Amino acid sequence: MALTALDIYKKLPQTNCGKCGFPTCLAFAMQLANKKASIDACPDVSDEAKDLLESSAAPPIKLVKVGSGDREIEMGDEVVMHRHEKTFYHPVAYALMVDDDSPDIESKVQATEEMKFERVGQEMQLDMIAVRSKSDDPAKFSSAVSAVKGKTSVPLVLVSQNPAVMEEGLKACASHRPLIHAATKDNYEKMAELAKANNCPLAVLEDSGLEELAELSKKVKEAGVEDIVLDLGKKPLGKLFQELTLVRRLAIKKLFRPLGYPVIMFAGGEGASEGLEVAIGTLKYASIVVMKEADRAIMYPLLTLRQNIYTDPQKPIQVKPGIYELNGPAEDSPVMITTNFSLTYFTVAGDIETSKVPSYLLVADSEGLSVMTAFAADKFTADSATELIESCGIADKVNHKKIIIPGQVARMSGKLNENSGWEVVVGPRDSSGLPKYLREYAGA
Amino acid sequence: MALELPKEKWVGKIGQIVIGALESEGGTRTSKVALGGATSLPFLGFEGEYPNEPPIGMEIFDVVREDYPEVARKPFEDVIDDPGKWAKKCVEEYGADMICIRMIGTNPEEENRSVEDAEQTIKELKEAVGVPLLIYGSGDEEKDAKVLEMASNVMAGERCLLGLAEEAAYKSISVASMSNDHGIVAFSNLDINLAKQMNILLTDFGVKLENIVMDPLQAGLGYGLEYSYSVIERIRLAALMGDKILQVPIMCGTARVWNAREAFKEDADTGDFTSRAVFWEATTALSAVLAGADALLMRHPDAVKHVKESVKNLYGGGEQ
Repeated sequence: MALTALDIYKKLPQTNCGKCGFPTCLAFAMQLANKKASIDACPDVSDEAKDLLESSAAPPIKLVKVGSGDREIEMGDEVVMHRHEKTFYHPVAYALMVDDDSPDIESKVQATEEMKFERVGQEMQLDMIAVRSKSDDPAKFSSAVSAVKGKTSVPLVLVSQNPAVMEEGLKACASHRPLIHAATKDNYEKMAELAKANNCPLAVLEDSGLEELAELSKKVKEAGVEDIVLDLGKKPLGKLFQELTLVRRLAIKKLFRPLGYPVIMFAGGEGASEGLEVAIGTLKYASIVVMKEADRAIMYPLLTLRQNIYTDPQKPIQVKPGIYELNGPAEDSPVMITTNFSLTYFTVAGDIETSKVPSYLLVADSEGLSVMTAFAADKFTADSATELIESCGIADKVNHKKIIIPGQVARMSGKLNENSGWEVVVGPRDSSGLPKYLREYAGA
Repeated sequence: MALELPKEKWVGKIGQIVIGALESEGGTRTSKVALGGATSLPFLGFEGEYPNEPPIGMEIFDVVREDYPEVARKPFEDVIDDPGKWAKKCVEEYGADMICIRMIGTNPEEENRSVEDAEQTIKELKEAVGVPLLIYGSGDEEKDAKVLEMASNVMAGERCLLGLAEEAAYKSISVASMSNDHGIVAFSNLDINLAKQMNILLTDFGVKLENIVMDPLQAGLGYGLEYSYSVIERIRLAALMGDKILQVPIMCGTARVWNAREAFKEDADTGDFTSRAVFWEATTALSAVLAGADALLMRHPDAVKHVKESVKNLYGGGEQ
């Protein structure tokens, strides 16, 4: 539990000396509880109180970094159960698994490296490769890790419960800080040694229950490992789902430190079934999801899901203002205008695409507000629309001066016409009316 | 020290609605579905009740638009011009728990099918399948008033859901639903306050809260899914925390997926378009259920199959 002002007050000297800048120790404690002051301001505080305060100030889920260089991944440090309460900060990392006895390791990794998508101006791709020792042969594992490393700079997960195998694998890539997977109750001492010696994060795996998992993570921490990742093990999906939720709750709501770490999950099933397990991990609380396949038809929607869920609810996603060409427009094609809230743009663009009518869509900078909100807040006006029409160069692309505006802002038509000199046509009130409207407009 | 697992004790309970009436209950349905009834978040039955595995209905049309995506059309090529056969295939081959027919052909701005023609369609549908039915109008207020009144009468005693009631048009559909004890689907556009307002409007008008199902608009993956996800989560949390007017089952559809060409267009870079479209729809549906939807309406048989499997695994794997 987070410390209350009263909890903190009990640990302070209670002398009300005022050296911290606050009149009383209680006032100081209240500022500390709200994280508005630092304990360092008190010259007389005991070391014990200091430790207590510092540990309670640590984030509920530890930030753990895997990998090195510009593909390094940060995970953990989440603060809410539901994204609308604030936001989800560190997007789940997607990892593809390759086996050390597989003949096509290099081609599989190569294909993953080449799988890059761009969507709404963001690059999307797989983030990690998990190399699993199926052979249980140190030499074979080491050469597989080297082969993977030769093809990619993404962070690796090394998967083996045999410390001898892990040690060889680490020799091939330790400086890149792979995630060691995994310490179990049988091998944790040796695995913790390896993690410390190589300065690598360590996954702890325990499938018998959360209490047992917490015990194991405590032991690993006592052995000196700070960067820990939890693996709840293989279990029925519904059980796993419940435990993922419980781990997140214990960490965030109870500040239960032994489970206050990011979670790695191995998706079960095949094809679309595996994909849906990845989706579940994305929505509910995994920080790494490992999958066996990476088909483009599944990866693209999954990466889109991650992009959606990890956007900040406080900051609407915006598209770039300007001219968008849809369905291959020509000089006599209709010109429409809307605002740059991504959802507005996508809806309007989707409806125009459905109409199949070649069109120009002008997107005005409304600071990410939808048409009606922007209009009400004076962020989408006859003036700003005029400015866009004049600055974007649409006049050079078409042989007419007619612009279709959203039906909801019909009121701006007079002024827009006056300002811009363009003939203003009032379109449908809702974007869903566009397909029919445009077909008739183009046919007329 | 034993680890104490943090269980939420919610004070609210989501209403449960049963759709479909068997012969013994005065109808002709051969199956019913129950939705809602939860006192926990989805699939967390260990801390409350999550009594019903979310049922999946499939959506059909009285008339299919010319531009209906090929991927969604293909599994039904042989039956798509006959809503009765289409529905039968959904139920018998693909395991649909319910059928929702959207009467878009009655819209005066589309085919303007007469109420008599629509009546024929609904009678055929009623004969063709034994699962519970949902009947949606075309969105034209005046025409929907007549079509849904007719549907209410034709389906008297069958305990259907009629839709969609909207803020600007809810009175005639409310009358249609109340006159033969059908349920009603209240639509709101991605806004928790509007969702609540709809339930208030309907109950003020005389509809019983226990006869309402909410459709808060499920945006498609990539097209605002995150807004829907959070709106649904907020609605469900508010209901569990005690907001009575929101203690109503939620039904989400994947219709929007089939407006987003990105989901199903031919594009080698983003993989096989059929697999992509199916997974796009399945992901959209699954995210709705995890956010709090109590029932789904879907289109593609393979997407239905995948989501059914996932929902079953989620539901069966844990203590509910």
